[in-house]
Amino acid sequence: MGDFLSVTELTKAFPGVLANDHINLTLHRGEVHAILGENGAGKSTLMKLIYGLYEPDSGEILLEGNPVHFHSPRDAIHAGIGMVHQHFMLIPALTVADNVVLGDEPGHIRYDRKQAEEKVRSLSNQYKLTVDATAKVGDLSVGLQQRVEILKAFYRKAKLLILDEPTALLTPQETEELFSIIRHLRDEGIPILFISHKLDEVRAVANRVTVMRAGKTVATLSVAGTTSQQLANLMVGRDVVLRIEKQPQQRGSVLLDIRNLEVQDKDKHPRVRGVSFQVHAGEVFGLAGIDGNGQFELVDAIAGLLNVFRGSVWFDGQNITRLSPGARTATGIAYVPQDRQVEGLVLNFDLVENLMLRDFRRRPFSRNGWLSRQAAVKYANDLIQRFDIRPPDALRKAADLSGGNQQKVILAREVARDPKLLIVAQPTRGLDVGAIEGIHRQLLHLRDLGKAILLVSLELDEIMSLSDRIGVIHSGVLQDIVDAKTVTREKIGLLMTGSRSDEGARILSSDIQEVRKP
Amino acid sequence: MTPGVRSVVRGLGLPILASLFAIVIGAIVVAAIGFNPITVYGSLLSGAFGNLFSIGATLSGAVPLILIGLGIAIAFKAGVFNIGAEGQYWVGAIASVWVSYHFTGLPGWLHIILALVAGMLAGAVWGGVIPGLAKAYVGAHEVITTMMMSYIGILLAQYMIEEPNAPMRQPGYIPESPMIPNNVQLPFLPMKAFVQSQLSIGIFIALIAAVVVWLLLQKTTFGFQIRTVGYNQRAAKYAGVHVAWYTILALGMSGLFAGLAGGVQMLGVAHQLNDSFASQYGYTAIVVALLARNNPFGCIIAGIFFAALSTGGQTMQQFSGVPASLTDVLTGLVVFFVAAEQLIPEIRAWFRRNKDRRRIAGVQEGGKTA
Ligand SMILES: Nc1ncnc2c1ncn2[C@@H]1O[C@H](COP(=O)(O)OP(=O)(O)O)[C@@H](O)[C@H]1O
Ligand SMILES: [Mg+2]
Repeated sequence: MGDFLSVTELTKAFPGVLANDHINLTLHRGEVHAILGENGAGKSTLMKLIYGLYEPDSGEILLEGNPVHFHSPRDAIHAGIGMVHQHFMLIPALTVADNVVLGDEPGHIRYDRKQAEEKVRSLSNQYKLTVDATAKVGDLSVGLQQRVEILKAFYRKAKLLILDEPTALLTPQETEELFSIIRHLRDEGIPILFISHKLDEVRAVANRVTVMRAGKTVATLSVAGTTSQQLANLMVGRDVVLRIEKQPQQRGSVLLDIRNLEVQDKDKHPRVRGVSFQVHAGEVFGLAGIDGNGQFELVDAIAGLLNVFRGSVWFDGQNITRLSPGARTATGIAYVPQDRQVEGLVLNFDLVENLMLRDFRRRPFSRNGWLSRQAAVKYANDLIQRFDIRPPDALRKAADLSGGNQQKVILAREVARDPKLLIVAQPTRGLDVGAIEGIHRQLLHLRDLGKAILLVSLELDEIMSLSDRIGVIHSGVLQDIVDAKTVTREKIGLLMTGSRSDEGARILSSDIQEVRKP
Repeated sequence: MTPGVRSVVRGLGLPILASLFAIVIGAIVVAAIGFNPITVYGSLLSGAFGNLFSIGATLSGAVPLILIGLGIAIAFKAGVFNIGAEGQYWVGAIASVWVSYHFTGLPGWLHIILALVAGMLAGAVWGGVIPGLAKAYVGAHEVITTMMMSYIGILLAQYMIEEPNAPMRQPGYIPESPMIPNNVQLPFLPMKAFVQSQLSIGIFIALIAAVVVWLLLQKTTFGFQIRTVGYNQRAAKYAGVHVAWYTILALGMSGLFAGLAGGVQMLGVAHQLNDSFASQYGYTAIVVALLARNNPFGCIIAGIFFAALSTGGQTMQQFSGVPASLTDVLTGLVVFFVAAEQLIPEIRAWFRRNKDRRRIAGVQEGGKTA
């Protein structure tokens, strides 16, 4: 048999969920094999079964043709399986070499650090995993720490590498570097299981892909022969629209007018420097920029969460620069903040309380300071149904919901107020393809209803596919405002780096990402 | 079970479990020092609830614990830690006593209300306004400021009567303030045993206060904002809540209830400020709020529980010879087990890891490596 690893009819149930339901999977020598599936599809469970962290209820794992029964990761490591978890298991105070050899140190009674460093160095050369063996792990970036984890696996003589959502914490630049490491390892003959829920990553790095949905393996395909669309449909189980067709725009009058806005952070450093722009009714105004260039401070200031240092914010003909956040909400501004768990929701509150979080002062939620729970529950149930929030249980805590449903709660709350302007920051960060589609549809629908939408996103694709006009911000300065219909990716990329000139506009997306590094 | 029911069960189950654990371990301690746990607990129980007199004494002792506990629970709900309730209690006591023996000629009920309101305001200023402003505007941590204000409050109460010419001292050799006039004292419950055990209508004030706090926290926008601030300040700001203001209000309410406790205790039991500044109510009440998990009705039960430990402890010492400080051990154990809520999953995980390790060892010994 040419298969390095094969899994047949593997099944694992947790109380109430069949996390893996008769899974079949084969991994060839020398391939990068992606496991693609939405959150909760059972990818991690499958990997943990292979790695001996869980024991299967039934089914078989064959390694190089022989059945294996792992009772713990130690057995799996012995057998040559290496796994890098999403959350690293490193000791920050120790050096790279110390971490790599920990638990299997060279030398007898006395730890031979020289030898450890030597071994780590040679491994690092062999696999092109460049990292300084003597550096302290706590001082390394996430991307480098991940290399240490991979080195740990190879130090223990891994013949197969499992990477569970390895890009989740990486910057785009680090992701690119990881991909070239993965390709190199594949060429060295190491088979790799690459777990992801992102289509473009799978297409970029994998040879074959197995799609999982609701605990089952749906299909195994060669990446070269498939389109993103096919993969997305398989993953979600219905036809997904990756790029939604926009209706022709019905642009109305100016709703939001930002005049020469300056915003400072806590330490009095200017974060937004003299920004002016207008957003009209019936348009999506996208704000593109590399993270940390003032875009989030800008929208926080518009929403009233940060003080305006200089300049003014006009909304619907009224100067709202000095209004409180609550008062701005009342004038018709809705805001979906960047971090749904830290800012947008109170995770310990149930959905009823979260859905009235920004409206509790007014009827029917309260009257003269007295809350009306009954009215709030009724309202929550209504929104849960309208926005298809799952599970449809108003008394559940927000913390118990998936990311996509948490985002739906916030969006439902903000949209249901029937605002004139909706500010959305990073509305789809970390969400599944299916959930992203829903939210994009929702935003465009609001635009077609004549609302003004100010969209801030770090995903250039998202900005480009939703916006009518795009403002590009760089170190707090609005570089330019461009028409989304005619602008190219390259042009925006160039503006994001702070260059206004059009020459050399052939900048590639990877170059754009380069600058994103802090 | 719906999530609502489940959370209630979890909310009730844990404190009860913690108390039971404490009682069982206490029994082991008692047995270890050579006494019969059953007789010891028997005397503790009968000392606390054995007859009307002891029931009266227990309930009377519970009044300040419940009131202060309610205040501390409000602060906890807003995510702030009022550790200085003891001082707020004494400042409230000073104000109430002072108002009580001044202003003669007012109708009794009005005088009582005025005295209690004075205590509440004094406590609120001491606990809330000063530490609250310090926290909101210069970032001073409330654990430090409430604590420091607490010492000042306790010493202030001493200063009021300690020296011969102290502001509130009545002429004579004993350091004490003038008595509160009869018509300003809170009436005792009309039964001989309750009069003897000094159970005043303060118990009803405590029960009403619990209902008020519950309504305030759960049924008003004020409480909603307090709870929002307590869980997540950034979300609170996003929700349009003035975070600094509500932090001050929560600490203020907290001090208000401690001050009320001081007033009720003076008007209902002590009837004057005298040299008994080691009440410890303000500290025990922290445990009351913890055990009650900040539930106002839980504060009633927890307040009675700790009051029972203290009244029962006296009887226990007399009849079984076990030192009354065993009740302190029990208090400590309750605190430990309530705090152990976070420990329980840790312990479970540790057991699981251990099981794993044993299994690996077994596999290797059996030579069945994969
Ligand atoms: N230890 C566990 N106990 C109970 N349920 C679990 C456990 N681990 C995973 N699950 C459940 O199994 C399903 C699959 O989870 P997982 O394998 O983590 O999915 P993925 O990695 O694809 O996001 C989910 O419904 C999840 O809630
Ligand atoms: Mg996973």
